[in-house]
Amino acid sequence: MMLAYTTSELTSIFTMQGFAGLSLFSVLLLMALGLAIIFGQMGVINMAHGEFMAAGAYTVYLCSTLTAKFAPAFQPYYFLFAIVAAFFVSGSLGLLVEWGLIRFLYKRPLDTLLATWGLSLIMQQTFRSTFGAREVTPTLPDWLMGSFKPTETIDIPINGVFVMGLTLFITAAVMFFTFKTRAGLRMRATVQNRMMSGAVGINTKVVDRLTFAIGCGIAGVAGAAFTTIGSTGPDSGSRYIVDTFLVVVFGGAASMLGTVASAFGIAQTQSISEFFLQGTMGKVTTLLAIVIILMIRPQGLFASKVRRA
Amino acid sequence: MNTLQKRLFGSKEGLLGTLFLALILVVVLPLTLDIFRLNLMGKYLTYAFVAVGLVLLWGNAGVLSLGQGVFFGLGGYCMAMFLKLEASDPITTKIQSTPGIPDFMDWNQITALPAFWVPFKSFPFATLAILIVPAVIAYVVGAAMFKRRVGGVYFAVITQAIALIVSLGIDGNQGLTGGRNGITDLRTLLGWDIRTTFGQYTLYFTSVALLLGVIMLSRWVLSSKMGRILNAMSEKEDRVRFSGYDVSDFKIFIFCLAAMISGIGGAMFVLQVGFISPSLVGIVPSIEMVIFAAVGGKRSLLGAVYGTLLVNTGKSLFSETFPQLWLYAMGGLFILVVVLMPNGLAGLWDDYAKPWLHGAKKRLMERPPVDVGETKSNAPLAKII
Repeated sequence: MMLAYTTSELTSIFTMQGFAGLSLFSVLLLMALGLAIIFGQMGVINMAHGEFMAAGAYTVYLCSTLTAKFAPAFQPYYFLFAIVAAFFVSGSLGLLVEWGLIRFLYKRPLDTLLATWGLSLIMQQTFRSTFGAREVTPTLPDWLMGSFKPTETIDIPINGVFVMGLTLFITAAVMFFTFKTRAGLRMRATVQNRMMSGAVGINTKVVDRLTFAIGCGIAGVAGAAFTTIGSTGPDSGSRYIVDTFLVVVFGGAASMLGTVASAFGIAQTQSISEFFLQGTMGKVTTLLAIVIILMIRPQGLFASKVRRA
Repeated sequence: MNTLQKRLFGSKEGLLGTLFLALILVVVLPLTLDIFRLNLMGKYLTYAFVAVGLVLLWGNAGVLSLGQGVFFGLGGYCMAMFLKLEASDPITTKIQSTPGIPDFMDWNQITALPAFWVPFKSFPFATLAILIVPAVIAYVVGAAMFKRRVGGVYFAVITQAIALIVSLGIDGNQGLTGGRNGITDLRTLLGWDIRTTFGQYTLYFTSVALLLGVIMLSRWVLSSKMGRILNAMSEKEDRVRFSGYDVSDFKIFIFCLAAMISGIGGAMFVLQVGFISPSLVGIVPSIEMVIFAAVGGKRSLLGAVYGTLLVNTGKSLFSETFPQLWLYAMGGLFILVVVLMPNGLAGLWDDYAKPWLHGAKKRLMERPPVDVGETKSNAPLAKII
């Protein structure tokens, strides 16, 4: 099939699909970062993670509507504040959910999975009743519109570049938090040995709650990033959830580098294969490849030395 | 005979429970419901096959699969392919540009029957495929995962991804599989019309008989030595491994068995409902089937049937009257069952109804109460029913 294209066409296709892949990579990575720190630390699979992302996206939409109504002059700048708001809205929702549900289910990972699935159904229906079943798009500031044109056939959208930058910033912030702060130190200690951390005076329950909230907050930022490249519907989050799980598992849980690498690999494969194969088959091929690799190498790309049962 | 009875029904209580379920399914439901509602019940019973498989797999072997809909779908598609070929004989389809192939292939400009469809012209082959295809897929997945000691949430996530892959794959190949609409317009099985009232009654009773048979088979498996090992495994897997058993083989076996049972359910679904589509294969149906088993009680084979019927009846009542509330109810059910009643209805029965019945019986007999410790020690065995 590729033979039908000339070399220069192929270069353009790969560059543009590659760039579209980078946008997908950004969303997947932001989603997966949150999921990975929650899963890595608590062994909890949060099926409602996609809905926390949608909550972030709806927060941006809400900010956009409110700005347009009450402070139109503020319109060019609202987006940056909306991102912060998305983090805090999703984060506090996460805090609430950890307090109300998750903390009763530690040590029962399979049950958590089912309970959070139930939670995701409830959240989806709440979005539907509040914002309607139709997909919504916030009004983006002008500086996010438009695109670069380095050559005749290559077209790079600015919003994609912005999302990339945001992702880099969040990833760096998460890394800094995990490896350079006291709170991050306590978090890593809890991941490595929960009992021992408790024995040296770390309140592991508080650490858990904080981790869960931060993970959900990052999902909210993923939602904010998502609004620049697609429109938000009640089930937007659930469409990414399986991909995100695969990113986390494929990267090797609890390995941040692995998460980045696998998000990159999965997004690029999917984006490029989607161009050459019709419809959903690009996605099918990508997912199938990952599952087969995981069957051969279940520990993922970058395995941590300890594997939990 | 006595031992066989024990193996198939468990205790005397298990025998009574099975008879009670049979009474409801064979006598009460057909007498009280019209054929439309009974057909609906028959459809729900086909989901109960999957739930019974999940009781084996999740409740007894401790492995949660979120992709059981795949096996249900595979069984269903095998049956549907046979029925579709029977419905697409050259005379009925003579207006097509290629007569004798299913209509959706003709619409997709396919001019010859694809090779993997050809054997499904034979009924014995299709019947075998309903059992073998799900089992083979389960074997491949199970062997790859369990031999490498992958379990728990990893297994759940990967089986869920498989459910997504299979449903998207069927959806994306319209010419080969019927795509999103699925395989529809199925009429006869070996010349016998499945859409008449008589046909629907016959299929309902066939489903009931098969389901009861599957439950007895499952209890037979669980009451064997292997059932004990499975039970031990779900409690403390490492100890079983250190005792010299190859844990993975048992898991693979039970995964294949559960897949096969789900496949039978899928085939009966197609016969009773008359179509199959990828919407019955994907992530959502697969995880809903888990909640059927959870509501009934994940360790109770009979509970799985009650759970399936109750949740589905609730779903149809709810979505007829308050469609918006249904997702809240379903979501709430997931949370409630998991947090408050991890052993489902069967757990409620064991914890509340049974002691009460016991007490009532005692009061009737006017005997002094017996030591409670005696019933306690029997608890793990009684749970197997």
